[in-house]
Order: sequence, then structure tokens, then C-alpha cells
Amino acid sequence: MATTTLPPGADIALDDHGSGGPPEIAPRPGHVTGSGSHAQKSETGMWVAVSAIGMSFAAFTSAMIVRQDSSTDWQHFQLPHVLYLNTLILLGSSVTLELSRQRIGAIQGAARHASASAKNLLANGIYWLYLTAALGLIFVLGQILAWRNLAAQGLFLATNPSSSFFYVFTALHAVHLLGGMGGLFYVLRKLVRSGGAAETSGLSAFSIYWHFMDLLWVYLLLLLAIRV
Amino acid sequence: MHETSASHAAHQHTAPTSFIRKHVFSLDHKVIGKQYYDLALVAVFIGMGLSWLMRIHLGWPAWPIPLLDKLSAVGAPGGVMTPEYYLSLMTMHGTIMVFFVLTNAPFSAFGNYFLPIQIGAEDMAFPRFNMMSFWTIFVAFIVMMTAFFVTDGPPIAGWTSYAPLSAVGGDAGPGMRLGQTLWAVSIAIFCISSLLGALNFIATTLDLRTKGMSLARMPLSTWAWFVTAVIALLAFAALLPATILLILDRTAGTSFFIPAGLVLSDKLQPHSGGSPLLWQHLFWFFGHPEVYIAILPSIGIVSHIIPVFARKPLLGPRAAIGCIMATGFLSYMVWGHHMFVSGMSPFSANLFSVPTLFITIPMTILTLLLIGSVYGAKMRFTAASLFCLGFISVFISGGISGFFLAQPSIDIYLHATYFVVAHFHFVMAVASIFGVFAGTYFWFPKMFGRMMNEGLGKLHFWLTFIGVYCVFMPMHYLGLAGNVRRYSAFTDDYLIPLIPVHKFITVAALLTGAAQFIFLFNLIWSRFKGPIASENPWEATTLEWSTTSPPPFDNFGGRHMVVYHGADEYGVQSSDGKDYIMQTSPEKVPAR
Repeated sequence: MATTTLPPGADIALDDHGSGGPPEIAPRPGHVTGSGSHAQKSETGMWVAVSAIGMSFAAFTSAMIVRQDSSTDWQHFQLPHVLYLNTLILLGSSVTLELSRQRIGAIQGAARHASASAKNLLANGIYWLYLTAALGLIFVLGQILAWRNLAAQGLFLATNPSSSFFYVFTALHAVHLLGGMGGLFYVLRKLVRSGGAAETSGLSAFSIYWHFMDLLWVYLLLLLAIRV
Repeated sequence: MHETSASHAAHQHTAPTSFIRKHVFSLDHKVIGKQYYDLALVAVFIGMGLSWLMRIHLGWPAWPIPLLDKLSAVGAPGGVMTPEYYLSLMTMHGTIMVFFVLTNAPFSAFGNYFLPIQIGAEDMAFPRFNMMSFWTIFVAFIVMMTAFFVTDGPPIAGWTSYAPLSAVGGDAGPGMRLGQTLWAVSIAIFCISSLLGALNFIATTLDLRTKGMSLARMPLSTWAWFVTAVIALLAFAALLPATILLILDRTAGTSFFIPAGLVLSDKLQPHSGGSPLLWQHLFWFFGHPEVYIAILPSIGIVSHIIPVFARKPLLGPRAAIGCIMATGFLSYMVWGHHMFVSGMSPFSANLFSVPTLFITIPMTILTLLLIGSVYGAKMRFTAASLFCLGFISVFISGGISGFFLAQPSIDIYLHATYFVVAHFHFVMAVASIFGVFAGTYFWFPKMFGRMMNEGLGKLHFWLTFIGVYCVFMPMHYLGLAGNVRRYSAFTDDYLIPLIPVHKFITVAALLTGAAQFIFLFNLIWSRFKGPIASENPWEATTLEWSTTSPPPFDNFGGRHMVVYHGADEYGVQSSDGKDYIMQTSPEKVPAR
């Protein structure tokens, strides 16, 4: 069988059924270099990570439902009111994060006109990020208040399956949120060092995580409100 | 070979120079892949050693085993193991083999080394997570091994750690105090490691494919690692909560899995209302996908290797990809078939039976595609190709018994017998390990730059192939005869006539195990003394064979590969007179 050699960059239709041809997929950052663009892969990685976290909490949820139905020892109790305030604080942190992203996202355009404007935007964006971190910290402190409230009622981790699940859900969510705050400081450091290069800072990937933590908390609050 | 200009190279990280960064805490996916392989190698010999001890005891229960009392004076006084210590060894054998061998070797080891290269990437998407993934699994392994050396020894609850015995503490028996806690902590750490690994595999496959490497052009091995990563991501994300709840039951006094009124060792357990069945559901929701985490990478490896030695394309590669994906999807719908005798509703059992029978369809199609691919081929018989053919054989042998066990009415009789031991060892363990052997003989030249000894490889194959059939085939008969599993000795009247079969199996297991030292010798000797390997010794088409053996730090020496074809361009005539066309060759493939 005779074969022909394609000149580099030859433009012929190609298929995946064995015939040769130039690449089928359009070159884009990440594909061309084989090392991937930073933003692209960190966002993909973050979506995969939040899927796994979502799966874990789905498993906890099913465990809660099965455990509640498997026995008559489930004891209902009223959720500490501070949780609702905490929810508002956490949702507020998502707003501040978006305000920060807006400003940092505008840096690239502003840099063309005036570097002072870019500096201003960066400082503004970083301010909102610090506020996001502060709100996250206040949320965790609020959760600790909720645990103290429960403990004052005599409800501890092993008191009843309902309190067990309450502590497990809230503690694991808080651990994830603290991990997110670690990520936030990593992003902040990258932003400061790069003068606001959002692409390489991981800011968009971080925002996926943070907003997911918000959504997860709203889900957990509803679940706890209905079940305990 | 065609590639874009090296001037565009932008490596993710520079080559390390210090010994520690180069060989220990390395970010290089190739080094990490080898570390996973070495860990699996250590684990498999420990696991095999444990199976030897168990088999010797099953054949000759009164024989003292030299030095066993040094491992545990309480568990094996005078070298004769107690029934409880038998259960400890069985637990550790299963745990080590399933987690640290069958998950590590075909998926983490080969996947880490070859997935980035096969898609033309310089490294994994997140090299630091990759390094963390290995070192956390190393910690998990050390924690698990520590159970051998704590006062009450390793746990006795089996690799499935069924509650409530696994959840209550020392009253449940020897090994159930600290040993069982170490087990749970180790598995929790293992879950975190696996999640980090799966995240990397998925992001790398989706984002780091080189120019021209469409999904359809990815080799079957990469497809299998990718789908396995998706399965692992969800499976270990379910096991982690289960182990957290188990640890809390054991250490914090909660009652997730421990029912009320449980009396153990004459003591009423201070727990109430927990559900032992809940553990089984959570565990098997991970556990059955785990079977595919173990076997799919080996299916991918075998599907990748067979066309190389058959010198013809894989039959229906897209159907094979579809089957791998269908298997991954269905693996989440069948966990209840492990629980037919758990006391769950018979209606549920039937519901789980149907998808279990369905999942045999993609697996059967895959097997037929592999058989069809070698049909009429002028096969090149090497150690790698022999292990591929051996894989097909043992996979069919193990798969057929699965048809029986998928039906509750038959499983109820066979569940607690050696029939099940035969089934899962063939279909999951031996088949997966055959894939690892095939992968080792095939990729060793690329990994180490030297060829393995083919003569020793073939000897290893035949001894292992005959050996595993001698070990596991008779177990079907034992199971049908009602021989229960998990017993340390067979003293009941109806079991005594079966002891000669056990003795035969024990001798076969010892000999088959001994044959693995041929492999180990070949592996070590060839590493240093094997003939130097060329860039493409098997005349294969995929990207790993487009670079030096072993590959440089950035895999392609600064070149950015461009892919023009699928992975299976064999049995064609290239312009330079070869019967294959590399994926990177711009040469047009003539119609077959």
C-alpha cells in the first residue's frame, strides 16, 4: 500500500477512523503547550474537587437519613439562632468576593490607560478579599458559638444521633471553610506579587470553591432544620 | 516525527538537582509512578507472605510455622496460629492487596507514569498534589503496618470491617482495640490520597492533551485510567465519610453503626440505635466500584498492549471506550449484590441483581473485542503478550462465576463459601495482577531504559498461569461442596474429606508464590544488567514510544508533540516499510 506524507500544516479534512491529518481539535492555551494554562487547569481541578466534596456530603446525608429511620432514639432539638446570622455572614462573603473579582478583573483593561488606576483597582480588590476572609472567620467563630449553645443545652457529640450529625456536618464544613481561607491567602499572595494577574492567581478557581462552600452551607442548614 | 518548535516550551517546573527532590519528594510524575510501583511491590510480597501463612495453616493446622511466634507470641503461641490470628492475617491480606496493591499498581503507578506521556503532557496538572498523594498513601501504609506491632495485633474484622464488631472496640476480640482504629485511620488517609490522585488524573486528561490528541485518539489505557479516576473520585468520597463515622463510633462514643442492647464479651455496649447495615451500604457503595478501580486499568493496559503484539488494530476501539464508560456508570448501581445475605429486603436484592447482570454485558463485549482482536493475528509471543492472553483467560474464568453469584437465590447458598473466594480472586485479583505483569514487561524498557529478560518472563508467565488455576479452580468445587470461608481449620465431619483439596491448593499457592521471585529477580537484575532498550523496542505507535527510554524530565525534551492519528495504526504499510504509523507521524494512513 502506498502512503503519502502530509506537509506540515496541511489543511485536509480529518477523521478519527485512521486516516491522517492535522489536529482535529482547535489549538488553545493548554493544548498547545501540553502543560495547560494555569486558569484552565485550576478551574477544572476545582470543579473536580467540589464534586468530590459534594459526594462526601451526599454520603453523610444518606447516612443521616438511614440512621434516623433505623431507630426510635432520634431526639429533635431547636437549632441555635446564631446559625441564621452566620448564614447571612457567609452569603455576604460571597458578595464581597464577587466585588473583589470585578475589580481585579478590570485591572487588565485599566492597565492600558493608566497604571495608577490599575493600582487602585488592585488595592480595592485586595481590600474586598480581606473582607471576604474576615467574614469567613466570623462565620467559623459563629459556628463555635452555636456549638457552645448546644453544649449548654447538654447536647454533645455522643448525646444523640441528631446532635452527632449536627456536630459532624458543621465541623466538617468549618474545616473545609478554613481550608478555603488558606487558599484565599495563597491567592492574595499571588495577586500582590504579580500586580493583579488574575489569570495566574487562581482567583477564579478559588471563587468556585468559596461559592460552593456557601451553597453547601445553605443546603446543610436546610437539612439540619428539617431533620433535627 | 513531528513536533512544534522547542522555543515555545514552557515547562511547569525545572528539573531538580538535589537527591531528595529528585528521588524522594519529587514532583516528576514518572518518579512518583515508580514510587507507587515500588510501594505496591513491597505490599504484594507482604500480602503474599500472609496468604502463605494462612494456606499452610489451612492445610496443616497443627504445624508450627517457624518464626511466626516472633511476629505475635499471643496470636501464634509456639508458631501455631490461633483462629483469631488467622482472621487478623486474613484481614491484613485483604486490606493490603485491595488497597495497596490492586488500587496502587495498575492505576496509580502506571497511570502516573504513562497518562501524561500518552497525551503529550509534560507532567500532571498539579504536580504538588501528585507528590502529596503518594506520600499520604505511604503514611497510610505505615499506619496500616503498625497494626502488626501494637499490643493486641491487627484487627480481625476482615477487609470489609463490618460493623458492629468493627465499631465497638476491644470487646469484639483481639486486634479490635488499637489495631482496628489504626485500620480505620489508615483507610481514611488512603481515601484522601486517592481523591488527590483522581483529581489530578481527571484534570490532566481534560486539560493537558497535546495538539491533535482528541479524546477519540487517546490510547485505551489512558481512557481506562481516566474513567477509573472518575469512579475513584466518587467511590473514595463515599468511603471517607464512612470511615470518619466509624472512627467516631470507636473513639467518641457515638452510635452510627452500633445497635442498642449489643452484648459482647458479656458486656452490654453503651450504645443505642445504630445501624450495622448502614456501614455495609456505605462500604459497598465504595466497595463495588473499587472492583472496577482494580480491574479497569488492567483492561486498559491489556487493550493497549494486545494490538502492539497482534500487529493489527483493536477491534471496535470506540465500542471498547463505550464499554469502559458503561461499566463505570453501572458500577454505582450494583453495590447491594454484596449484601444479599445481610438481611436487607429480598425485593432490594432483586433490584440489585438486575444491574449486576446488566454490567456483565459491557464486560462481555470488552472481552469479545479482545478475543476478536487476536483472532487471525500473527501474534508476537512475548512475556507481555502472554500475560495479556492470560488476562483474558482468568478474566473469563472469574467472570463466569459472577453470573451465578449475581442471582440472590444462588448467592445465598454460595456467599459464605470458597466459591466466592475463587470468583473474586480470579476476576479482580489475578486478572488485575496479570494486567500489571503485562504492563511491567511492556513498559519496563521505557521506564528504565533496559529490556527485561524474555526467557525468565515467559517462565514466570507459565508457572504463574498454571499456578493460579491450580490455586483457585479447586475453590469452586470447595464452595459448591459447602466449604465455608474465613474458618481457620476444618474440623467438621463434612469438611474433613475436603482437606486434601486444601493441601493441594496450599502446595500450588506456595509454588506459584515462589515463581514470583523469578519476576522479582528479573525486575531487579534487568534494572541494572538488562540490554539497553531502544526508543521503541516493540514497534508501537503511541506517544510514550516517541521519546527516549527513559524519557527526559519534561518527557519530550522540550518538543511539543502533535498527534495525527489514533493509537491503533498497525497492519499498514508506512513509507519507510514499517507495518505501523506512529501517532506523531504526519504520514497519511492508507485505507485498509
